[in-house]
Amino acid sequence: MTTPLLEIHNVTMRFGGIVANRNVSFSVERGAVTALIGPNGAGKTTMFNCITGFYRASEGEIVLNGRDGPLDIGTLITKPVTGGSHLVTRAGIARTFQNIRLFKDMSVVENLLVAQHLVTANNLLSGVFRTPSFHRAEREAVDRAYHWLREMNLADDANRLAGELPYGRQRRLEIARAMCTGPTLICLDEPAAGLNPSETRELSEVIQRLCTEHDQSVLVIEHDMALVMRISQHIVVLDHGEVISDGTPEHVANDPAVVAAYLGVSEEEVEA
Amino acid sequence: MDVYILLQQLFNGITLGTIYGLIAVGYTMVYGVIRMINFAHGDVYMVSAYIAAITLAVLTFFGIQSAPFALISVLVITCAVTAVYGWAIERVAYRPLRGSTKLAPLISAIGISLMLQSYVQISQGARDQGVPTLISGAFRFGDGVHFAQITYMQTVILFASLIAMGILTYVINYTRIGRECRATQQNIRMSAVLGVNTDRIISTVFVIGAATAAVGGVLVTFNYGSFNFFIGFVMGIKAFTAAVLGGIGSLPGAVLGGILLGLTEALFAGYVSTDYKDVFAFALLITLLFFRPYGLLGRPEIQKV
Repeated sequence: MTTPLLEIHNVTMRFGGIVANRNVSFSVERGAVTALIGPNGAGKTTMFNCITGFYRASEGEIVLNGRDGPLDIGTLITKPVTGGSHLVTRAGIARTFQNIRLFKDMSVVENLLVAQHLVTANNLLSGVFRTPSFHRAEREAVDRAYHWLREMNLADDANRLAGELPYGRQRRLEIARAMCTGPTLICLDEPAAGLNPSETRELSEVIQRLCTEHDQSVLVIEHDMALVMRISQHIVVLDHGEVISDGTPEHVANDPAVVAAYLGVSEEEVEA
Repeated sequence: MDVYILLQQLFNGITLGTIYGLIAVGYTMVYGVIRMINFAHGDVYMVSAYIAAITLAVLTFFGIQSAPFALISVLVITCAVTAVYGWAIERVAYRPLRGSTKLAPLISAIGISLMLQSYVQISQGARDQGVPTLISGAFRFGDGVHFAQITYMQTVILFASLIAMGILTYVINYTRIGRECRATQQNIRMSAVLGVNTDRIISTVFVIGAATAAVGGVLVTFNYGSFNFFIGFVMGIKAFTAAVLGGIGSLPGAVLGGILLGLTEALFAGYVSTDYKDVFAFALLITLLFFRPYGLLGRPEIQKV
């Protein structure tokens, strides 16, 4: 039994008097898709923001057992002077957002190149004087960018402006960009939001391929239950900021607590 | 002949305009990345004039006579030292205030502006200072009575500005650091999420802005020969106007705005009145902003939810 990639221990997140997450504990396994689901306002995105270093959890700890051994996300972002959320990416956690945040005025390839500054460290002078090591790093970065474009079925769009792409492609470009940071864990916040059925199918294939072919660990928030059931090996259900169920898709789907809390709400959503 | 007057004013206007453009670059880049007007930028330009004069004095002391060599070394040294000023100002006065209210760094910038003026006034004296003419002479067009001339120094200004802009365009569009700058400008938080060290990028932008202002500072100093501790104010306002005119946040806009402002001033001064040239220039700015609120090349900022 290997240690999980990400361990979340008793995390509580408060905003003033409001408790968004209470005593949340779960873990993310390596090389698998873990889904975080729950009704609107259950605290899924808050949890995501804690994991990816946007928020500092009020209590508890989030430990990434990545390339460089165990690492506490909370201490990383509050480290004096050099601390910041860019360090979380450097530690190996990449993310996408509910709303698309591409660099719209840059080309698709450039979007991917920006994301690789961790993988290929370089200083200003080597860039200005074009040293051989800079050339090699640049070439590797371009190769990696094209690699992920092909993986995401975007190779034909390489030189278009990111803002010109259709919505479904922009979604996949965001995933490609996150993958270019060389993450050990990629966190996708509602990747299927606003996609049509065929785009959703393409997305689910892409996510499954990440997992099976690249042994990538994925944590995903998603409302599309068909998609969640299809792609994930492990599901964590949040409601009112607390974990109410945790297990395999079959286990979660048959859990009475989930049926009560989750499906009740989603029926209302269907009617509305 | 009328055509020579026109030609002369066009030369003068373009020369003046490129200088405005060089200094506007600092305003526009800083605004692009952190959405802040760096009110101390004009004074950074003023400091660069003093650094240029001091460097020239030191070079002369060591017996360096060759004008091109002196000009180039002064340019390089002044850029380097002014860049350090730009870096230090951001580090000391703006970075600690990042994340506080939007107005705090503005007040801090005004403070830095006053501080630089007082510091130069006290250490260098309040009187006008001068530098000897390095390059004299001019190209003349026309006959002995009616002619337009473009001085050698003006030619140097045009070429030096062109080279500086060329380097800048190259750095921004084709280098890794430039790519990071553009990404940070478009979405600073997303850039951080992707692992870009945005603090370093902000420092870089201040360094670039100060260095380009220093190019302007050196060129103006050697063109006019005299300066004082207060030149940063007017030049700062003009360059800021150029940046707004071209569309703040846009690099080509800054240059375009600068040249447009320079031409307007020169033509109005040549044909109507020297006293009212600034009034006319600003009236033009107001009119233009009335029709294009985001400047010539600027784009409306979309509020993200």
